[in-house]
Amino acid sequence: MKYATSKGDKVFDVLNITLVVIISLIILYPLIFVVNASFSDPTRIYEVPLLLYPRGFNIEGYKEVLKSSDIWTGFKNAVIYTVLGTVINLVVTTIAAYPLSRPGLRGKKYITLFFTVTMFFSGGLIPTYLVNQQLGLVNTIWVMILPGALGVYNMILMRTFFSQNIPNDLIESAYIDGANDLWLLWKVVLPLATPIIAVMAMFYGVGRWNAYFDALIYLQDRAKYPLQIILREILVQGQFGQDMNQVIAGSAESELLMLKMTLKYSVVIVSSLPVLLFYPVVAKYFEKGILVGSIKG
Amino acid sequence: MALPAAGRKNEHMPPHKQNIQNNISLLWKDVKKHKWLYVMLIIPIVFVLIWNYWPMYGVVIAFKDYSPAFGILGSPWVGLKHFERFFASYFFVDIIVNTLRLSLYSLLVGVPLPIILALLFHELNRKWFKSSVQTISYIPNFISVVVVIGMVQFFFSTQDGMINMLLQIMGFDAIDFLGSPSWFPHIYVWSGVWQGVGWGTLIYTAAMSGISPDQYEAAYLDGASRFHCIRHITIPSIMPTIVISTILATGSLLSVGFEKTFLLQNAANLATSEVLSTYTYKMGIINGEYSFSAAVGLFNNVINFIVLFTVNKIAQKTSESSLW
Repeated sequence: MKYATSKGDKVFDVLNITLVVIISLIILYPLIFVVNASFSDPTRIYEVPLLLYPRGFNIEGYKEVLKSSDIWTGFKNAVIYTVLGTVINLVVTTIAAYPLSRPGLRGKKYITLFFTVTMFFSGGLIPTYLVNQQLGLVNTIWVMILPGALGVYNMILMRTFFSQNIPNDLIESAYIDGANDLWLLWKVVLPLATPIIAVMAMFYGVGRWNAYFDALIYLQDRAKYPLQIILREILVQGQFGQDMNQVIAGSAESELLMLKMTLKYSVVIVSSLPVLLFYPVVAKYFEKGILVGSIKG
Repeated sequence: MALPAAGRKNEHMPPHKQNIQNNISLLWKDVKKHKWLYVMLIIPIVFVLIWNYWPMYGVVIAFKDYSPAFGILGSPWVGLKHFERFFASYFFVDIIVNTLRLSLYSLLVGVPLPIILALLFHELNRKWFKSSVQTISYIPNFISVVVVIGMVQFFFSTQDGMINMLLQIMGFDAIDFLGSPSWFPHIYVWSGVWQGVGWGTLIYTAAMSGISPDQYEAAYLDGASRFHCIRHITIPSIMPTIVISTILATGSLLSVGFEKTFLLQNAANLATSEVLSTYTYKMGIINGEYSFSAAVGLFNNVINFIVLFTVNKIAQKTSESSLW
């Protein structure tokens, strides 16, 4: 609507823009605060009510984060779980979504039902735990990677994308040339599916990176903990790993409190960095990838 | 459907049997031609069988006294013992009330706010501005729940939380937001709004992108105001989406997420923060009472499904849209 000419419409626009700006600031401010606080001199964070830029300059928090072996190990584990897990997610979701997007597949209705039932019924926590226990997965890295390989909702989005965006003529003519479905998927369908694959990689990847529940119940070795578990100790429980306590023990009481504070801000930034770096790359695909999928999903 | 060539072989059979056999041979030809489609499906089906259907079978331990030594099959049946114990337990009413309070509060706030925000976004004229604020609003969705709760503490903690610092500077007493049963539901719901409201608009933005600009143009020429357009064009077009997402939201009425509740929970706010999922975790994983905990989980799932089913029925009767 480019023709806001009447007076009422102009008032409407001004009010609307003001409201949207206020809401965006409320959403953005906590993030800006953490970034600013992580670089600020901890004694000066509360000098003024709103911390709109770093007060003083201090990167002690970041130095401590980089020195901590707990955080490094957690980071490394999280990268392993996220990369392997997301690859499995993408493969399994694709090889479920593609066949179900083909009009010729026999028994499609029943196979789809087989998958969607799991959106409404589940065994629950304990029966799932017992399955993983029986498979011998408890306290191994596989329990962080294999379960949850297929997100049914994501699979439906991908299937819808395939059936709406891959021209059927293209596939039919490839069949006539003697192509089989495996070759077709690899050479014809996937190259046309970049938007949905990018969006799926983001969804699954972020989910894996941010998860802590499975690690909490299945992992006992500290050496296998992903970053989120370490983060929980630092941010929520206020515990610092042994290696950090040694550093901290050398300093005076008030300094210690301040160091703990900057460290919390810094660790939030460090842990969110990978996700926020990928975000702009994938964000442009959101509209193309999911908007198309979700309408008829 | 039957091809004449395929039918000739079976001339001695009665016609309906011929038909069935033709169909089977056609089906087989079709399956063979697309065998890779079926081969591909094997892997996802195996994954879902192991991690979704096997646990569904495992639910039978809710009616047994499960002990690892006997396994699921060998453990003795005990009927409804665990359910009776749960219903009779001292915590039962509190846990149900806490769970319902959090989920109804989340529903009441979490369903309409994304719709309103999506309508605001939709009325923005400048494309660059619209896509910038949309992109900003999606960001919190990608931040982990551990970090979100960490940030809640940065703002609300009594020792070094910013809001309490400000309260004290202004001469008020500090408020123990995080250790108080009465604040807990607000913290839980509004931190969820902060994280999810922007992302929640996406599905409505998608639905609105399907509205033809001609409709607005025609309304404009008829002298309709912007409010008229919103009420009579935009909202009716996204109504099916609103109905579907409301049904889905009510379907998880008793599923207050474990992850966030557990992080916000402490001894001081337990009176409102103990919900079904945290209770299941404590009884099952911490105390090792597998059967009892499975019974609580099953109760949770059954109620959820009944609610989903009922709401869906109501939606079917009162509007065009429904889940199935």
